[in-house]
Amino acid sequence: MIAIIKYNAGNIRSVQNALNRLGYESIITDDKTEILNASKVIFPGVGEASSAMQYLEEKGLDDVIRSIKKPMLGICLGLQLMCEYSEEGNTQCLGIFNTQVKKFPPKEKVPHIGWNNFTEVKSALFKDIKVTDDMYYVHSYYAENNPQSIATCDYILPFATAMQHDNFYATQFHPEKSADVGTQLLKNFLEL
Amino acid sequence: MLKKRIIPCLDIKNGRTVKGINFVGIRDAGDPIELAKQYVAHGADELVFLDITATVEKRKTLVELVTHIAEEINIPFTVGGGINTIEDVSSVIKAGADKVSVNSSAVKNPELITQIAKRFGSQCCVVAIDTKFMDGEWFVFVHGGRTATPIKTLDWVKKVEALGAGEILLTSMNNDGTKAGFALDITEEVSKSINIPVIASGGAGTKAHFKTLFETTHASAGLAASIFHYGEIPIPELKDYLKNENIAIRWT
Repeated sequence: MIAIIKYNAGNIRSVQNALNRLGYESIITDDKTEILNASKVIFPGVGEASSAMQYLEEKGLDDVIRSIKKPMLGICLGLQLMCEYSEEGNTQCLGIFNTQVKKFPPKEKVPHIGWNNFTEVKSALFKDIKVTDDMYYVHSYYAENNPQSIATCDYILPFATAMQHDNFYATQFHPEKSADVGTQLLKNFLEL
Repeated sequence: MLKKRIIPCLDIKNGRTVKGINFVGIRDAGDPIELAKQYVAHGADELVFLDITATVEKRKTLVELVTHIAEEINIPFTVGGGINTIEDVSSVIKAGADKVSVNSSAVKNPELITQIAKRFGSQCCVVAIDTKFMDGEWFVFVHGGRTATPIKTLDWVKKVEALGAGEILLTSMNNDGTKAGFALDITEEVSKSINIPVIASGGAGTKAHFKTLFETTHASAGLAASIFHYGEIPIPELKDYLKNENIAIRWT
């Protein structure tokens, strides 16, 4: 069973729909036991960092997430919340990745909305995915590039668009909204 | 590199797809889910569903349709038409829409934009603007383009950006339905005056119109309905053309 972490973030159902299309059963849950017993965990999210973090702390989900031993995939806001700190709402985050989340300087249109390719990809998460493949983005904040980056994207500046630390994976783009290439990435994660 | 987006728009009435020509003379043409899946297969970068009969009693039908669309397609989509309250927004977002577009309701109650941005994030708040050039100025129109307002388009876009809009969907009523090309001047003026992405709409009739749009303005996307809807310009053919013309587009 795949657990999708339920919290006050938008569009969690899209992830479940994507898993259904791939033939995987999943539950949307904020129950500690269900999350820790799942074979894989997805931490999705579209929303605002400080209110999301506050909600996770109130529900005790911050400690639950840190103690997950099975592969976990954070998506978009999920990735940002897995970092140390976010400028959005001046938020202390989960600290799984040793990097900071900053707001894009307004040198181009912000939010970064639309399809963008990679400058580099590595790790099994990107099996059969090329640097020229486009994924769908929608975000105003980015994680700074760091040694845990497993993929980078360039918009205004190069940023960490995917990271890995032990069993923790995360992507800034939305694989569940990135057509067949995104489906491939979800499949790669589910087959880890 | 961030790609320029090609966005088909599906007008929905009674759960079916329609397209107005210059906002009147509606033709019925198809099942929205089948059409949406076809667009995805053809390489559409995003979809917009506009419910043109979004009355209170139709709301439930729309939410059901949105639920089915979200189950079936794996690219982002926006839902608009009759989104008047934060509860309306919540119901379509929870059903699986990635973004909502607000038009007349935002003019009537600009605070709605801030409410959406605060609750769901700016990225899901698209402000749709129907604009018309009259007496040397571009003005905002509401109620599907039937009602003029004294609001100047360039003032309105700055205001909605400040209120928390994440994107502008700009439709030139002078161009809509003409197939004579996008309104390049106002698209560029709007795009230069704000820092959020602008989707240009109204007037697409040829593949070259998209090339001109992307070469001469900072529009992030081009939206059209009938040319895609009736197969006049198949999306793969359009993308093939734009790629050959060195426009950055997503290639599938």
